[in-house]
Order: sequence, then structure tokens, then C-alpha cells
Amino acid sequence: MISKFNLYKLLPWAVTCIIITPILALIISAFSIDNSGSFQHLIDTVLIDYTFNTLLLILGVICLSFVLALPAAWFVACCEFPSRTVLQWAFMLPLAIPPYIVAIVYTDFLDFSGPVQQFLRSFMGWQQASDYYFPDIRTISGAVIVLSLTLYPYLYLLLRSAFLGQSGGLFQAARTLGLSPWSAFWRVSLPLSRSAIAVGLSLIAMETLGDFATVNYFAVSTLTTAVYDTWLELGSLTTAAKVSSFMLLGLVILITLENYSRRKQKIYQRSGATHTELRFVLQGWKKWGALSFSWGLLFAAFILPLCVLFYYAFHYFSESLNESLWQYTVNSLWLAVIVAFLALLVALIVNFYQRLSPGPLAKTCIRFTSLGYAVPGTVVAIGVLIPFTNIDLWLNQLLVEFGFSRVGLLFSGTLFILVTGYLVRFSAIAVGSIDSSLAQVSPSLDLASRTLGQNASQTIRRVNLPLIKKGLLSAFILVFIEAMKELPTALLLRPFNFETLATYVYQFVSDEMIEYAALPALLIVLMGLVPFIVVNRLLEKAS
Amino acid sequence: MKKMITAAAAFAALSLSSFTTFADEVNVYSFRQPFLIEPIMEKFTAQSGIKVNILFAKKGLIERVKREGALSPADLVLTTDISRLMKLTDQGLTQPVDSKVLSENIPAQYRDPGQHWFALTTRVRNIYSSSERIGPAADISYLDLAGPEFKGKICTRSGKHPYNVSLVASVIAHEGEADAKVWLEGLKANLARKPQGNDRAQVKAVKDGLCDYALGNNYYLGKMLADPKQVSWAEAVDINFPDQKTNGSHVNVSGVVLAKYAPNKENAVKLMEFLSDDTAQQMYAEVNYEYPVKESVQPSKLVASWGTFKADPLPLAEIAKQHEAAVKLLDEVKFDL
Amino acid sequence: MCALLVKQLSCFYQHNQVLNLLDLKLEKNEIVCLLGESGCGKTTLLRAVAGLQKRLSGSIEINGKTVNDSGINITPEKRKVGLIFQDYALFPHLNVFDNVAFSLNKLTALEKKERVNDVLSLVQLSDYAERFPHQLSGGQQQRIAIARALAYQPDLMLLDEPFSNLDHHVRFQLIREIRSLLKARSMSALFVTHSKEEGFAFADKIALMQAGKIVQIDSAQVLYQRPKSMYVADFMGQSNYLNVSVNDDYSYQSDLGLLTSNTLIRHKKDQELSLLLRPEQIVIELDQQSSAEVLEVEFLGAYQQITVSYLNKIYIVKHSNHLHNSMQFNIGDRVSLKVLSHDFVVFES
Repeated sequence: MISKFNLYKLLPWAVTCIIITPILALIISAFSIDNSGSFQHLIDTVLIDYTFNTLLLILGVICLSFVLALPAAWFVACCEFPSRTVLQWAFMLPLAIPPYIVAIVYTDFLDFSGPVQQFLRSFMGWQQASDYYFPDIRTISGAVIVLSLTLYPYLYLLLRSAFLGQSGGLFQAARTLGLSPWSAFWRVSLPLSRSAIAVGLSLIAMETLGDFATVNYFAVSTLTTAVYDTWLELGSLTTAAKVSSFMLLGLVILITLENYSRRKQKIYQRSGATHTELRFVLQGWKKWGALSFSWGLLFAAFILPLCVLFYYAFHYFSESLNESLWQYTVNSLWLAVIVAFLALLVALIVNFYQRLSPGPLAKTCIRFTSLGYAVPGTVVAIGVLIPFTNIDLWLNQLLVEFGFSRVGLLFSGTLFILVTGYLVRFSAIAVGSIDSSLAQVSPSLDLASRTLGQNASQTIRRVNLPLIKKGLLSAFILVFIEAMKELPTALLLRPFNFETLATYVYQFVSDEMIEYAALPALLIVLMGLVPFIVVNRLLEKAS
Repeated sequence: MKKMITAAAAFAALSLSSFTTFADEVNVYSFRQPFLIEPIMEKFTAQSGIKVNILFAKKGLIERVKREGALSPADLVLTTDISRLMKLTDQGLTQPVDSKVLSENIPAQYRDPGQHWFALTTRVRNIYSSSERIGPAADISYLDLAGPEFKGKICTRSGKHPYNVSLVASVIAHEGEADAKVWLEGLKANLARKPQGNDRAQVKAVKDGLCDYALGNNYYLGKMLADPKQVSWAEAVDINFPDQKTNGSHVNVSGVVLAKYAPNKENAVKLMEFLSDDTAQQMYAEVNYEYPVKESVQPSKLVASWGTFKADPLPLAEIAKQHEAAVKLLDEVKFDL
Repeated sequence: MCALLVKQLSCFYQHNQVLNLLDLKLEKNEIVCLLGESGCGKTTLLRAVAGLQKRLSGSIEINGKTVNDSGINITPEKRKVGLIFQDYALFPHLNVFDNVAFSLNKLTALEKKERVNDVLSLVQLSDYAERFPHQLSGGQQQRIAIARALAYQPDLMLLDEPFSNLDHHVRFQLIREIRSLLKARSMSALFVTHSKEEGFAFADKIALMQAGKIVQIDSAQVLYQRPKSMYVADFMGQSNYLNVSVNDDYSYQSDLGLLTSNTLIRHKKDQELSLLLRPEQIVIELDQQSSAEVLEVEFLGAYQQITVSYLNKIYIVKHSNHLHNSMQFNIGDRVSLKVLSHDFVVFES
């Protein structure tokens, strides 16, 4: 009895510890003594520019994602027009393409020798670059566009369910109070979705903050660049950790604000449960407007990149195909499934801790397990290496002292550390997703179950879990897809001879050889799509 | 709960499965790319029967070796760039190798006097010029690129890339920090566009008419000529060996170190010797158009056709010493911004 | 042994004392209604009994078994109480049968079926076993919730505003049904509401709560007619307070004349007191000579409710429409007011 009680209290903290230790290790090294003067050097030279670029990038991505996701979610949730049912899941597809792939595809497509400019030249009779102006994609705006195109689905996902969850009556009430549909939308539907917007945008901001591959490809120097430069070129982990901590601080502020806004929102969600199917039937120019926006977005974010990949994969098929590709696919799948499963477990543990004993302690657990998402993959990798190599060294020393032989790098030399690294990065997604679906389960159901003779774990198993099945599945898929795409953590933490599709793609991407990267990149996308479609089918059947 | 235990067990089993080790093997951490390294290692395995395990990454491997400490499974670290070799050595992550084969194969200026690091190939930082608009520029020097007549005509990759850092470090070593800064500012002012892409992309930009001069390593030209899609880029430029009348062209190396706690030391030394010997040296030359360090091995025909050149005689270690100063200088002039 | 015994129960929540040394006793087979304004602590008390409230002091006994005391806090699932919610709290992923059978996971399939059919027929919803909660009306859902709780065979039933989401007509029919159902099963129940009409209809006794304490517990009639405080009087119904002074042992002096008491007045002579007058305890008649004036008339079916101003004081009076001498009152009419003789309730001001 007592041990069970302890386990229930200890488990969430143990899990939180595993996730937070690497980040703590970084923060601690940020405060260690550093004589290199690298941080002062950064402040003196480029830190302001980098910070400015980072803020500009995040702001740009947030705004553009909002502009893309809002109409998409509104059309699909509240309007009726042709192809709506296809679009409602198709809008999520861009999640499956790694942003760096989209970046390369667009660069290839839009640069001087790409098809667009070639066509323009032959059409207009221009000869060389100096004859005309064409916007350069390798700029901060290019990075904003590409990141928004691949990240908007996070906001779309949350906004759509927020719109669907709102009672149509509220909107109608606003109309009868003399508001036009437009202002009713701005004054009723949008404010009601504030929490969804806050969560979605903070996920997007975190992902942007943690991105290195895309901004690096677009030659945009951000704070992440500073982290890499100081650590890898100037050899100062302390300075790198300082910059990372600086970024984390910004993130903590962001999360706190987001949580604050959601605390107020809770009241709405409980009472606004009724969902009525009062969709606007779009006609005339509105219909065509919605159609061209939706399919235009989908074309830019998914269809075009996919077509380019297909084109190259087809033309370089025999060169790209080799027997190892199958092994890499299996590795990626395996890893993604394990990580998704464990991330789900982490999320369930901390979320149920919060549900069973709500309070500041549980909230801390949830916040801590969400931090890793904003830390760039390579930094997470080092963060993970610090504690686990120490544990390994200590363990081996202990074994030798007791007369056993060494076991080597039991944690840091195996898949264990890779999986842990992924977990540190991606638990946030699962935690957030389950948090929001659990919030929609009325607490009186728990109480009913408890007073019907079921203990806490029976209640979780028989009431809560079945009710958040949908949230569980989508959390699983989101983490799965992220894990399929993840690159820097994999590069640095994998054991010998272990290659994933992403690391394999990177070999070619790093040399800007998109034609050879196309087939494995396509595999990443397809592997991400399969569970996505399967689950969508399941959910549609269920409802 | 049961599910969790099962999952944990499965996970543990999976983790350990990748941990099993063979007696006859050697472990390599490689900054260099698989397409080049894998064929060489296959040859080695075929010859010696020793299995080679490789971990490829472009970032963070040094930090990983350092963290793993005495338990590191790494036997060898393969890397480009002299400053990385020096960093590994300076941080005490290496051990000296006393091998007759190595000292015979590798000329003295391309190995550490303390026998910690060994260069395997050399590569030149060339200046490419547009065949159409400029033609060959045999007398060009790196320092020229800062002159006003080059305004808006130069393309290069990120200044922070090791190849460029090393070039800047060599300028600092020759000219001193103050002059180097003036030069770097001039170079930045002459750039046709913000530094971006890799070395090939710069050659492509010359072909596309965006700029007339590009900085790039010699082997990229060979690789572009071998690629049907890129051959037209390569044909649009002439390759120039800079500073022939002054210091000589800047040369960097790729090389290898033996890890301090190498668990398979004997095999590792065998592999090092193999890498310095004819077969591997030949492959470096033929597959990747680099200059082999072993004097008896000829560069590829194509590389040889570019003619001989005067290399900067300044010891590599002197250049590597300026690495940090170079990185800081690049920040100071905001080269990439 | 009683169904529920609460002694000296206190509860703090965010620095507020929600329950203040509260005592409550529920006899076997008794239905008690906890009545009070929102925030008076009635739901907290219910949750405390169910074992869902933390940070309690004092003791709770259910059916003679101590469930809360210093060092004792039995978990909800071991208390054998049934809890009925305002939002019904039916499990949306389970159909009616599985909802009702939720607590019966230790029974065999056959026993389970028997028990479920038994309670479903009790709530007259035997045909609905295969339906899902969202396919049922509010009243039906609440009956299923009751059936689910009954199937568990609790020692005590707790109902938390169970009827407030239902419309008026359904509500009182359901209240009657459930009351007779609980009575038939000899079930003790504690019922929380803020509506006194529900309390009147459902409960044997009403416990009126104010600021974390029970101020009076008794039958509805006693609470209405003999409230212990002005708060209780006002809560239970409309009240006029007449300023009176003690005239002698059997009469008061007031604006409405000399009032004769049936019982001995214990206050000393000339003491100023407030005398409670329910609107139906005042007789109103048209009287052109009087200075009392009708300010407002409300027609309420069986009676008129008339607001009268007399000597700068406002009186609310009820006048039945079905007496042989019923009158129609209009605004501005002059009227006379007379107090019907009854057991007077007085409060010291």
C-alpha cells in the first residue's frame, strides 16, 4: 500500500527528472567559469544582430502561420464548400515534410537556374541576372515562408478543434446583436479560440527557435548560430550554454504567458460543450476564394514539394535505390514508434499526476517536460551526453571497484541515449496534446467513477483513457512524425553503423544534392503519412 | 503497468543489441562523408578482415569523444581541417602513434611533431574566375579580393565554414590581426551576395552571372566535372592558384588521430597505416580529387592537369593557432550578416 | 446508528473557511436537503462526505463507519456512497447498460445483467440499455445516473443539484419519482440545492446553511413558519417585518394595531421587536378611509400579490382569488391591513 502510494508520487518526478536533467546540465554549465571571453565577444559583436534576427524570424513565422492557419481552420470547421472533407485532413499533411527538405526544394525551384526563373527569362527575353529583379529566397523572408508553410498545421490542428467545439449558438447570438459575420467572427469566435491560438503559436515559436537546418540553409544567422559557433568553433560550451539558457528563459516566459491565458479560458470550455452543425454554405466569389486559398496553400506547402521530390526520385531512382535503404527505413520506423510510445507514457504520467493532485507541483512537472522542444537538436544532444556519460563513467568505476569487468557506455553508447534525446525534444508535443484533451473530460466523470467503487488507476483505465483515445492517437502521430524528421539529435547521438532515413538524407542535403536525397526524403514523408491516414480513417469510423 | 514493463524490457533489449562488440573491429568517428570513406573502409576490411564501425556526423563529435572519456569506443577520429586535428590534440583526446609506416608515408610538415595527428590529404583554397567574363587570373592573390575593383564580384560560402575560417586564420598568421581585419572588411564589402550555400553553389553563381569570382576548394571542381548535371557549372570557370608570387596558396588538410582511450589500438594503427598507404591515398585522389600526402602517389589526372603550384609553407600549426582569432574576426566584421 | 454523522467539520480553501465546525446528523432512511446560497459550503460538505475534499478537520461517519477523522481519510471508492451530479456525469464512451454496470466489475455476467435490468426497470428505462448517453434526454440521463448509483448499492446517496439542468415540468415529475424510488429502497440521501421548492418536494428535512454552518435543520414547514433567524425567514419565503413593542404578556403594539398573541410573551414590556409576517398572514380590504395605498399589483393565478405603502413602510400582501369575497385591487386604491391571528415569530432587532 505504502509502496504503491510512493510509486504514484515518485513516477512523475522521475520522468520529469530524466527530461529536465539534460537541460539542467546545460544551465549549470552556463554558470561555470569561462575564461575564453567568448560571451563578451558575442555581446560586443553579433549577439544583438542574432537576437534581432531570431525575434524577427519567430515573429514572422508566428504571424504568417496565423494568417495561413486561421482561414484554413475556419473554412474547414465552420463553412461548407466543395472538397471540405478532403481538406480537413489534407491541411495537416505538410507536417510530414521536414522543413529543410522544403527549403531545398524551394531554393532549387526558385533560384537563377531553377524552372521559374528559366521560364521568366525565356518568356521575357532576359539574358542574365542583372537584367531583372527576382526576390532572393535565401533570406530571412524565405526562411519565414518555408517554416510557416511546414509549421502552420500545429495551429490549424488546434484551431479547427477549437472552432468545432464552440457552440454555433454563440455566433448566431452575435449575429442577432447586429454584428456582421465578419465582426462576429472577430469578436466572438476568435476570442473564444484564444487558448488554442496561444498553444499553437507557442509550439510553432518553439520549433522555430529550435530550428537550425533551415535557417542555416537560408544563410540566416540566429541565436542558434551563436550556440553552434561558440561551442564548435570557439570551443566554449559555457558560452553556448549561456546563449541556450538565454533562449530557454525567453521560452519559459512564453510558456508562462500561454498558461496564464489558458487558465482564464477554462471556464469557457466547460460550458460551451454543445456543438451544433451550423456551417455557412459558401457560394459565388466566396466559394472560389475559399477554394483557391485552400488549394493554393496545400499546393505550396505540400503538393509542389512532393512533386519535386517525386520528379527527382523518379529520375534518379536507380542511383538512389540500394539495399541499405530498407534497413534505414526500418530503423527510422522502429525509433519513431518507440519514441512516440515513450513520449505518450511521459505525457500520461505527468498529466495524470496533474489530474489526480492538481497544484503548482504538478504544473511544474508539465512545464519542465515541455521545455526541450525549443532547444536545438545538437544542444539537446550535448545536454543528454553530459549526465549519461557521467553515469556511465561512475557505473564502470563502481563495477571495477567491486571486481567486475567494465560494461562500457551502457547508456550513452547505445540507442538508450538517442531515444532519451528524442524524448527530451518531443515530450512537449505529447504533453500538450494530452493536456488539452484531458481538459475536455469533465472532472465529474472521475468523481462518479471514484464513488462507484473504482480506485484512481481503475478510473484512469476505464474512464479517462477511453475518453482521450483521440488525443492519444494524435499525440502519438505528431511525435512519430517529428521523430521521423529529426536530424541533429540523431546525427550526434546514434550508435555506430546506425543510420536513419533523416541522417541518410542529410548526407546528400549537406552537399545540396537534392536529386539523391529525394527518394529517402520521400520515404520519410510517406512513412509519416501512413499512420496519419490510418488513424484518420479510424477516427472517422468512430464518429 | 504491465505494458510499461514490457515496453521497457523491449527497449532495453533493443538498446543492448546495438551494443554487442566484435573482437576484430575498429571504431571510427568521422567528420568526413560516407560516400568517400565507406569505399576505403570496405577495401580495408577486405584486406585485413577487420570490421570497421563508423559514426558519421558533421558537428559535435569532438564533444562526444570528450564526454565519453575513458569509456569512449572511438579508436580513430577522421576529420577535415587542421584546427579540428589540433583541437583534438590540445584537449588531450589523442595519443601519439609511433609507426614507421606513417612517418615514411607522410611528409614531416603534414604530421604532428609529437605524432598525435596525421594529415592524409591536402586541398587548396582556390579562387575560381568566370571563363567568359574574366578568364584565367594566374596572378591573383587572396589579398586582392579586398580591392575596390572587385566590388560586387565575389561569391563565397559562410565565413564560419572551417575552410573559410582557416583561410582567414592564415591571413592573420601572415599579415597580423589588424591588417587581416581591414582585408576581411574589404572582402565583405565586395561580396555580390550574402555568404550562402556550399563551394559548388559559388561556382554555379559564377555560371549564372551573379558574380565573377568564387572561393572554393580544388576538389569541388573535379566533382562537378564528374557530375553530368553540374559539368556546365564547372566549365564556366577557370581554376586559379592564388598567391603564387607571394606566400603561396592556402592549403588545408584532412587527417586522422588515434583516440586516447582507443579500445582497439592495434587495429586502429593498422587502419591509420592503411589510410596513409598507396591504395587509400589513390582512392582519396581519384574519388575526391584531393592531393594525396604520400609523395609517391600521384594526384588524379584531372587534378594534375591544373598544374603544379606553390603551397603556403607556413606550418599548419601556426595557422591553426589563429583559428579562434579568425572566428572572432568574422563576427567582428559581421561577415555572414 | 445513523446514516451519516458529521461532527465539528471544518475546511479551509485558499484562506477561506468554507466549513466552520459543522455538525449534521442523518437518520436511516431519511432524505435531507442541504439548502443555501451559492458559496455557503453545501457542495463542499457533499464532497467531504464523498471523500473528494482535502484539508478537512473534524469527523465523518457513514453508517457507523468512521471515514474521516484525524489521521483517517478513507478513499472515495471505499465509502459506499452514490454521487449524482448536475451534469449527470454519464460516461460518454459507454452505453446505458455499461454505464449502469460500471461498478459491477466483480460480478459474473449473469449477475450483472440481473442487477442492471433490475435498476433499469426501477427507473423505467429498460428499453434504453443499448443507447448511448447523448441519445437520451436530460431527464432520462439523470434517471440512468440514479440507476447507476443504485446498482452499486450504496449506504448513502449524495445528490449535487441533480435537477437544476432540467426544465420545470420534467423536474418536479422526476423529483417525485426519485423520491419514491429512494423511499422504496429505504435509501438515506443528502441532497444539495439552492432551490427551496426542490427541497420542499424532495426532502424529509431541510438543513439551511449559511457561511459554512447549518443554521437550522427541520421539516420544511417548521423552517417556513418558525424560522430561528431573519436569514432563515427570508430564505424560506417572502417576509414582512413589523416593528412592534411589547404591550403586555399577551399583546404587542404595532402600526397595524394591537396584536394579540396565543402564547405568553417572554420579552419585557416596551421592548422593541421585529415581528415576522408572511404575506398570507395579512388580510387586505378596500377602505377609502385608510391612508394605506396600493403601489403595485401582480396577478399570480391563484392569488394577487399586492404591494402596499402604509406609514412610510412597505408591506407585501397576498390575496386569494378564490374566496367568495375576493376583491380586485388596482394601483392607487386605499386599503386597510389586518393581521391574522397566529403563533407570532419575533426577532430582537
